[in-house]
Amino acid sequence: MSKNKLSLQLNTDDFLLASDEEKQSLTVMRTSVGFWKDGIRRLKKNKIAMISLVVILIVFILSFLVPQFYPYRYEQQIRGSENLAPMQYSAKELELKETGESVFPHILGTDNLGRDYAVRVMMGSRVSLTVGLVASCIILLIGSIYGSVAGFFGGWVDMIMMRIVDMIYTVPDILIIVLLSVAFDQPLKALAQRPGFQWIQVIGVNLISIFVVFALLYWVGMARIVRSQILILKEQEYVTAARALGASSAHIIKKHLLTNCIGTLIVTTTLQIPSSIFTESFLSFLGLGVAAPMPSLGSLASAALNGMQSYPHRLFAPALAISIIILSFNLLGDGLRDAFDPKLKS
Amino acid sequence: MSEYLVNIKNERLSFFTPAGEVKALNDVSLHLREGEVLGIVGESGSGKSVTAYSLMGLTAYPGRLIGGNLEFNGHEIEKMTEKEMRKIRGNEISIIFQDPMTSLNPVYTIGNQIREVIMLHTDKNSKQANERAKELLNLVGINEPEKRLKQYPHELSGGMRQRVMIAIALACEPKLLIADEPTTALDVTIQAQILELMMELKEKLGMAIIMITHDLGVVANMCDRIAVMYAGKVVEYGSTDDIFYNPSHEYTKGLIRSIPKLTEKEHSKLVPIEGSPVDMLNPPAGCPFAPRCTSCMKICLREMPPYTDVTDIHYSACWLLQKKEFEQEQAQKGDA
Amino acid sequence: MMEHKNLVEVQNLKQYFPVAGSKLFEKKVVKAVDNVSFGIKKGETLGLVGESGCGKTTTGRTLLRLYEPTDGKIFYDGEDITKVNMLPYRRKMQIVFQDPYASLDPRMTVGDIVGEAIDIHKLASSRSDRQDRIISVLSTVGLNSEHANRYPHEFSGGQRQRVGIARALAVDPEFIVCDEPVSALDVSIQAQVVNMFEQLQEELGLTYLFIAHDLSIVKHISNRIGVMYLGKLVELADSYELTFHSVHPYTKSLISAIPVADPKISRASKRIVLEGDVPSPVNPPSGCRFRTRCAYADELCAAEEPEWREVSTGHFAACHHLDKVN
Repeated sequence: MSKNKLSLQLNTDDFLLASDEEKQSLTVMRTSVGFWKDGIRRLKKNKIAMISLVVILIVFILSFLVPQFYPYRYEQQIRGSENLAPMQYSAKELELKETGESVFPHILGTDNLGRDYAVRVMMGSRVSLTVGLVASCIILLIGSIYGSVAGFFGGWVDMIMMRIVDMIYTVPDILIIVLLSVAFDQPLKALAQRPGFQWIQVIGVNLISIFVVFALLYWVGMARIVRSQILILKEQEYVTAARALGASSAHIIKKHLLTNCIGTLIVTTTLQIPSSIFTESFLSFLGLGVAAPMPSLGSLASAALNGMQSYPHRLFAPALAISIIILSFNLLGDGLRDAFDPKLKS
Repeated sequence: MSEYLVNIKNERLSFFTPAGEVKALNDVSLHLREGEVLGIVGESGSGKSVTAYSLMGLTAYPGRLIGGNLEFNGHEIEKMTEKEMRKIRGNEISIIFQDPMTSLNPVYTIGNQIREVIMLHTDKNSKQANERAKELLNLVGINEPEKRLKQYPHELSGGMRQRVMIAIALACEPKLLIADEPTTALDVTIQAQILELMMELKEKLGMAIIMITHDLGVVANMCDRIAVMYAGKVVEYGSTDDIFYNPSHEYTKGLIRSIPKLTEKEHSKLVPIEGSPVDMLNPPAGCPFAPRCTSCMKICLREMPPYTDVTDIHYSACWLLQKKEFEQEQAQKGDA
Repeated sequence: MMEHKNLVEVQNLKQYFPVAGSKLFEKKVVKAVDNVSFGIKKGETLGLVGESGCGKTTTGRTLLRLYEPTDGKIFYDGEDITKVNMLPYRRKMQIVFQDPYASLDPRMTVGDIVGEAIDIHKLASSRSDRQDRIISVLSTVGLNSEHANRYPHEFSGGQRQRVGIARALAVDPEFIVCDEPVSALDVSIQAQVVNMFEQLQEELGLTYLFIAHDLSIVKHISNRIGVMYLGKLVELADSYELTFHSVHPYTKSLISAIPVADPKISRASKRIVLEGDVPSPVNPPSGCRFRTRCAYADELCAAEEPEWREVSTGHFAACHHLDKVN
């Protein structure tokens, strides 16, 4: 080995024993990083996810805030302004403009009843987003409770509960929706007449049956994911340690199992939102969605089909909105998975 | 050709993680003659596996070799392309892993997996390869090779699987066998079988072995040379007797003191090495062992110790050795 | 120091687990622990060694009733606890696990991990009392208050194992099952943890069941050692007696298989290398379970199970051919 003659540059002081404090100063622990902080830091580094998040925020502002201040209402029919092209003014409006009054342009034109199309697309997005969010929450609630009970108790309980899930998987969902909306129609309308239940009228019978369908059918995927997570987690040694300390089942589920599932729950729910939106749009497209005059992106697209040759923008606008919403939720979901799912954590 | 089969000089290798650069290997130098057994001991994360893997050109992403020379059997590993490396791997140099459970492919039979390696590196046809596979299983002490060749990995026990791994590694009679913790996952009685087998095969085939382990007992049994690694650095290198009976680095001394001895008749307290391993993302400027060292000096905190020769084949990186030389020089100056 | 009374005692403990057989709907049992009896005196450390699958971990966990025993009796301080509500005993009997990575909840801070036990048994009168207790337990294991707000992944293996020990100590137990507590640690850290166990025993008068596969560590820390093979105890003796004068052929080969970290001794010694593998516990050999790998086995070993008998005072073994072996 090569010999380094460093001794010329050294002095005797260098060979004195170092004090404990000097040694200690070398072992500084890194700053503490919690689970959330760590995940959010990683999410922030993911450009695509951050762009999606911004897009989602813009969509939310456009669909929930902007329509409140918009000069036109979604159900407002303007006589003489039917079937306008984007940025086109009707004869009446042109007259008004001549007199010096400011008239807000119809950015996306108007439909065949003279309703401003831009505000209708925004309202449609609001309905679609609401359905997506509410349905995902219902799915999250039912799925995670069902899944964690099945996973935690195991054995016969698990066996029976999961066979029920298998059965629900085999049910054709469109058929059920059609049947339910027919079956619910009369009873719900009757219910809506009673005091305290007027809100049913506002939401619409069809929309309620969509929610019921989600609650009945679509939680099974979530239940399976949660169950498999719980099955893995309950075998972890820290769960055994908690049992050795005398912890009850409820304590273990709450303190250890659910907190460790949270990453998966966030990710699965975020990815559930676009698929709920898609289902809603698709049902509305078939005419099973919200009641007129309330628009949804699906029903707007469906209505535009007739005039596709003359007014292609009426189909493109809601279609584009659906695509953007679904794409950005999917990309955000992927980003969340990378940031919070411990399995990919190095 | 140099006198050594393996000669690693000043190897530097870093992992470029999102959290920063991890200097996995920081000035590693090793050498090994043909037919010798070198033991690399160290804690987890000390870089012992990384060293051996880099010799096979198998540095995992995001690791990158950033300096030094790696010479093996006349090849300059650091300059070779992936294609050239593939010809060497499994042929002149092969490896057995810690976990025989995951290193065999569960969907192929044992025979399939052995034949594949043989046919990849030789021009034997399927039938000849099968004959060779039977020979190999006999060699590693597996009974009824005919039957075993048709079995799947899950049908074999852990010890048996490790024997199969050794058979695959020996298929082309390599010059160097790297054994990465080959017995850690096995029980003591099975470990004894496998170690015995490896020594027998070494005698028979005359290959060199690099034995990576954290078990000082295993190296004491098997090795001619030992390299002790700490935080990506070879802190001491020497013959087995040098390391056990004349250790010159404080870490090596501490390591030998800290293991309980079965042969001891009286109960004596163990002498542990205090403190925790180094944070490799944020290593100290000087000697990495300084924060845990009982004879740590001021210079140790500041500067990396240079390698100092104890004897011709025994060297160590510790400032205490430099201190001795320094004092001698001072004394000479005083005389003059 | 040692009293004669057993703090913990198990009698004919059996733990069978059902497993699916090779045929459809076929049910088989793994006899993980089969008819094991031993006692641990107050203040003593009993070591339990054996290869993987020999049932040593299961014995430790069944003892704490983390698994319900199939048969047999468990006594704690003279009381039969085989069927009782374990909650009051959870304060007295604790466990430290092998894997310091898997045994700490990654989403809880170290303070909360230690505090969990305090919460469950309602040991703290107020928030500040809880905090004080946590810090005092952490300082017993060589950690400080600054560590309490950190998450397990920020610690090294040795430090995590200290957290695991602190969690067990938080309820002031009398008895701790140490389930391979140092196997996952680096050699230089193992000694730290072993010393800490010894120190805690001296200070708090703890009683240990120390389970490990590494006989040299078990011998270092234990007063007596039991050797298990395929769910059965084969030998039990004082730790020096067992390491230097073992009588059972399995113990002998186990000791000789351990590589000695001293080149001169290991070059000089001749090993007894056992042939073959450990048989499956689903289908153990008849009679003596070790007979398939034993050099002394004959028809008697296949036909009859060897009797558990006292060879010399306090030294028990189960073998038909003790006179031939020794």
